Amino acid sequence: MDNLNDNKIKFLEQKANDIRISIIDILEDAGSGHTAGPLDMADIFTVLFFHTLKHNPKEPAWPERDRLVLSNGHICPVLYSTMAHAGYFPIKELKTLRKFGSRLQGHPHRDFLSMLETSSGPLGSGLSQAVGMALADKIDHGLTSNRRIYALLSDGELECGQTWEAAMLAGKEKLHNLVAVVDRNNIQIDGYTEDVMPLESLSDKWRAWNWHVIEIDGHNMEEIADAFETAKAIFGKPTVIIAHTIAGKGVKEFERDYRWHGKPPNKEEKRMAINELRTLGGKIKSEHE
Amino acid sequence: MPINPDLKLNTKMFDEKVEQIPIRQGFGEGLLEAGEENLQVVGLCADLTESTKMDLFAKKFPERLIEMGVAEQNLASVASGLAAMGKIPFISSYAMFSPGRNWEQIRTTICYNNQPVKIAGSHAGISVGPDGGTHQAIEDIAITRVIPRMVVVSPCDAIEAKKATLASVDTGTPVYIRLAREKTPIITTGTTPFEIGKAQIYWQSTKPQVGIVATGALLHKALLATKELEGKGIEVEVMNLSTIKPLDEKAIIELAKKTGRIVTVEEHQISGGMGSAVAECLVKNFPVPMKFIGVDDQFGQSGTPDELIKHYGMDTESIIKAVTKILKQ
Repeated sequence: MDNLNDNKIKFLEQKANDIRISIIDILEDAGSGHTAGPLDMADIFTVLFFHTLKHNPKEPAWPERDRLVLSNGHICPVLYSTMAHAGYFPIKELKTLRKFGSRLQGHPHRDFLSMLETSSGPLGSGLSQAVGMALADKIDHGLTSNRRIYALLSDGELECGQTWEAAMLAGKEKLHNLVAVVDRNNIQIDGYTEDVMPLESLSDKWRAWNWHVIEIDGHNMEEIADAFETAKAIFGKPTVIIAHTIAGKGVKEFERDYRWHGKPPNKEEKRMAINELRTLGGKIKSEHE
Repeated sequence: MPINPDLKLNTKMFDEKVEQIPIRQGFGEGLLEAGEENLQVVGLCADLTESTKMDLFAKKFPERLIEMGVAEQNLASVASGLAAMGKIPFISSYAMFSPGRNWEQIRTTICYNNQPVKIAGSHAGISVGPDGGTHQAIEDIAITRVIPRMVVVSPCDAIEAKKATLASVDTGTPVYIRLAREKTPIITTGTTPFEIGKAQIYWQSTKPQVGIVATGALLHKALLATKELEGKGIEVEVMNLSTIKPLDEKAIIELAKKTGRIVTVEEHQISGGMGSAVAECLVKNFPVPMKFIGVDDQFGQSGTPDELIKHYGMDTESIIKAVTKILKQ
């Protein structure tokens, strides 16, 4: 991993933009799928795959790799797009998303794409699987382990009791090698999370289970990368990064609107969105200028 | 006596003072031995370490035992994560809670994910007794056998449970091992052959009129019934179907061809259980008249195991009746 200088930040921002364009492109092609979550997690996925993760796209099964568990499988357009841009498979394969026989199933499935760490879709079980991986790593390597297990969660799925079963166990087992990221975009299918089922005070809930909590702007490359670095230095506790994100980030017309949780753009919306992203007319550019 | 001599079964199985051991004890001993043989074996338990007999493993290998608390959904998915890193996790709880409560986690994070987690469901069946219907898992065979990749094993005694536990380590698949709480008669011996996926004829007959297919501890009652029927001049052949999935179709078809009538015996709902699996096989391949011994679309209740087995029509008498009835058809 290299240092995060201005050039690297620019590189990451450009990558995230490219990934967002792929997301819009393939969702319209597929004709179904989720838009808001993939767009708002693009910056975090970019930092992970192009800066933080210990991995090798040319050797996906490299035993020394970090593990990345995507719990809310429905945002897989961002996972697939980032993996393709990172070199795991050809970018043109992204166009097969959700089509019959595709390796890119509507929700991630390891039978079809073996380089995935887990299959996922039903919410609430990803953190448990990541806890299992972190436990295995701790059994084998104890406190000296440098491997990190990353669990990416949505905020809505924190309504699943199983997430808290897993959080309790991770706190009890003091899993320093476990890092959870919560996409705090405040929306879910039926509306805004605080209307559907209030989650606040979210950071207090994690602290109560003996987690180290970091809150960040989920669209600021430096803050994202710093949070992952800080997590590596936390001893005797798992870390959760609560990433405050803007649902649908990158396309003004989609932002903060929960109705974009579970639908794809149509042809016209795709044209408009890609144009906005290509010209960097959206907030991504202006915020960092 | 036509007990299959090749299988080296317990010669004292019909003695009044036949040795009785809970099937779950065999799991505990098997897991302990598996832990000694294979360093990747880990145990996960949900606040029932002693009563699922995982305590034997826990005492010897505390560093490989993870106490999950009362959290069965987490139990299943954490095991999936451990398996993804090369561990061979055994999870144990009461069958009502695992695979009962955590069925979706077992389906998605274990089976769909193709992780070789071994699920030990103790206190299965109605013979749990006084605890009552909430704790009597009589749907577990149905809900596990319906999941792709899952292997379903229902041992007939503690010795077979130990062998099944050891055999499950190397299948590379998810395995459900069905266990019971109560002490039940020892039918097999250490030298009785056991193989996952292989059914065996425990009671042979030269001219059988009925074939009984039994699974779990009720196999003993099926053998007792057969012995009584022999006295009445009715010849029966008895199969121990300890692996319900994958089903030994060849052996079942052979038995149906030889006998022309099949009675299935299980401590489970009739609907969806072992009998259904046998029926699915025979309807496709060699349809014969069938009768099903099991719980008929009801919940259990408190009582002694014997009272409950009799009340729900799974005792020796009920098996004899079913055989006599099917002969008249």
